Amino acid sequence: MKPTFQLRYWNQINGWLLVLPAVFMISLFTHYPIVSNLFHSLFSMGTATRPEIFIGLENYKYLLDDDIFWKVLKNNFIYSLCTVPFSIGIALCMALLINRNIRGRSLVRMSFFTPTVLPMIAVANIWLFFYTPEYGLFDQIFGFFGGDSHNWLGNPDSALYCLIVMVIWKESGFFMVFYLAALQQLSPELKEAGLVEGSGSWYYFRRVTFPLLMPTTLFVTVNAVVNSFKLVDHLVIMTKGGPDNATSLLLYYIYENAFSFWDTSYAATLTVVLVLILAAITIFQFAVVEKRIHYQ
Amino acid sequence: MKNVRSGVQSLKILFLGVLLLSLSSFAAATELTMFYPVAVGGALTKLVDRLVQDFEAENPDISVKAIYSGNYSDTMTKAMTALKGGKPPHLSVILSTEIFTLIDNDAILPFDDLVTTAKEKKWLDSFYPALMENSRTGNKTWSIPFQRSTIVMYYNKDAFRKAGLDPEAPPATWDELIAMGSKLVTKNSAGKVTQWGLEIPSTGYPYWMFGALSRQNGEVLMNDGGTETYFDHPGVIQALDFWKDLGTKHGIMPKGTIEWGTLRTDFLEQKTAIMWHSTGNLTAVKKNASFDFGVAMLPAKKERGTPTGGGNFYIFKQTTAEERAAALKFVEWMTQPERTAQWSIGTGYLGTRADAYKTKELEAYVKDFPPAAVARDQLKYATAELSVHENGRVYKTLNDAIQSALTGAKTPEKALKDAQKQAERILKRYR
Repeated sequence: MKPTFQLRYWNQINGWLLVLPAVFMISLFTHYPIVSNLFHSLFSMGTATRPEIFIGLENYKYLLDDDIFWKVLKNNFIYSLCTVPFSIGIALCMALLINRNIRGRSLVRMSFFTPTVLPMIAVANIWLFFYTPEYGLFDQIFGFFGGDSHNWLGNPDSALYCLIVMVIWKESGFFMVFYLAALQQLSPELKEAGLVEGSGSWYYFRRVTFPLLMPTTLFVTVNAVVNSFKLVDHLVIMTKGGPDNATSLLLYYIYENAFSFWDTSYAATLTVVLVLILAAITIFQFAVVEKRIHYQ
Repeated sequence: MKNVRSGVQSLKILFLGVLLLSLSSFAAATELTMFYPVAVGGALTKLVDRLVQDFEAENPDISVKAIYSGNYSDTMTKAMTALKGGKPPHLSVILSTEIFTLIDNDAILPFDDLVTTAKEKKWLDSFYPALMENSRTGNKTWSIPFQRSTIVMYYNKDAFRKAGLDPEAPPATWDELIAMGSKLVTKNSAGKVTQWGLEIPSTGYPYWMFGALSRQNGEVLMNDGGTETYFDHPGVIQALDFWKDLGTKHGIMPKGTIEWGTLRTDFLEQKTAIMWHSTGNLTAVKKNASFDFGVAMLPAKKERGTPTGGGNFYIFKQTTAEERAAALKFVEWMTQPERTAQWSIGTGYLGTRADAYKTKELEAYVKDFPPAAVARDQLKYATAELSVHENGRVYKTLNDAIQSALTGAKTPEKALKDAQKQAERILKRYR
């Protein structure tokens, strides 16, 4: 009796020791910052000559009145709702396309993947000129067909969608790689079985391939959603959140508050909101969506 | 015997070592770190590197590490982040308007506390007074003008000729600007605009351009103490009305916002006949223009006017006495008439002091290329650039208001009244 107990006891200790480094790192770089953020959001903005003071929920009250906050939040939801499904859909199509034996496959693969390799800042600079009125690429194409010139990024109605198109272009290639890997894992016997049973290719995709890709889809979706809140580099180059906050996103607004206005406490308040949103989405994805997924 | 000898030997070695050490500490250079921004592109970094090298050659006991740090706001961000991390640079070129923010953060030293000799004190007064407006508050001088500019009007003389206008008489008033602008707009057979009359950039630094329009209408945007703004004054609202009308009513400028970063290319590609831009672009335009161009002062409504702009030298507080002295020496060296002339020729930025224009190089350059003197001549109409406490936040408020008016989301009056209300809320606690 006694030795078994001891063994189990030691197993416990052993297990804890093994996860300790990871727990330590995660607490240091994830949990501690979240708690410290929450703490700082309860103080006023401080400078060297005016130290910060405890103001309770004042920052949160201001947040509710802050028109810019609501605007960037709305922008961010539009941005997520457009970029996530489209980039995943396109990624899946591209993966299916280049999973077959087509001529020039490696060339196509490379060209699909290239946007992902380019740094976001470089991409933003290139697309800034694509969108330039009059002599930019898009206006030249439109002009060739007799279209009028557009002030793509200077018009609040179109600016956000211009950025969305660019981000989809940039992101799809990355997600394609995951789908491609998953497709190559599928066993060819299934395909053969499908052929024997006489299933059409759309039917086969709908009932076999797509369900088997669901674990990848979940993974890619989580990443895409997180990215849609995380990726703001292009704003710095292309619009600075303008015109009149039409393209500003939550993280960029946090950056502005923290590093242009030096109002770190309000930035902390906004960060708390961001963390809550991301936590809610992730919990939903894992708790609800994952239950419907079939793992092989 | 053997033991004694080795004892003496080790003493000798010790002595030599100490001697070497003390010598090396004599020769050890004071190391300075400087951040500097480039706002208009071009080969400015090379010029800064050359100037720094020349300085180091003349002052072997000081070494300067000049770090290119992005545009003006990037540089401020970098310097402030370094400050909060406990390791600010020793000196930096930062927008002259960040003075209040830097003072509020206890980041910088006034130059009055650093200068000692009578000659140095005189040096503080050797710059154009208009350029010092953003450097002084509370009777102290907190920064030294370096990379300074005004807004000037670049115009395409060939386009003026084609439109039947006199290329030597650019618009001098708002009415002339509209009249000439309409003539300069060209359209193709399909009625599509191929060349605009005028472009005023409205991203990046819209508050700066707006400072010019307001000044021309006889208004300023803030008080000297940086605690009050006047965005809702009737004259200021009129200025924004005018800016908006250029696109919507008069049709001489594209509607919506105009990108700061691509404006110079627009002008060089002849997509616009006139642009308002920093004089810091002059050398780049001169090098790349394939057509005959001119530079003029901005036009007047009630009077001519432009804000000054650009970056100044600041010395940070977290420095030792030697580092401060070395930094002061460097700043003094960089702002000598000859250096200033060299900088002005290389970039198009202003010579920051009158005697720079008396140097042989700059005198010859201006004679050969008169546009180089426009920004200087315009200084007598110049006013301070918008500069208040919590500058970043107030800038954003005004920039958003300008953009919302230009894109038609709000009327200029509503936009500016809202902005004023927000600025009030921000600045109240500094009064």
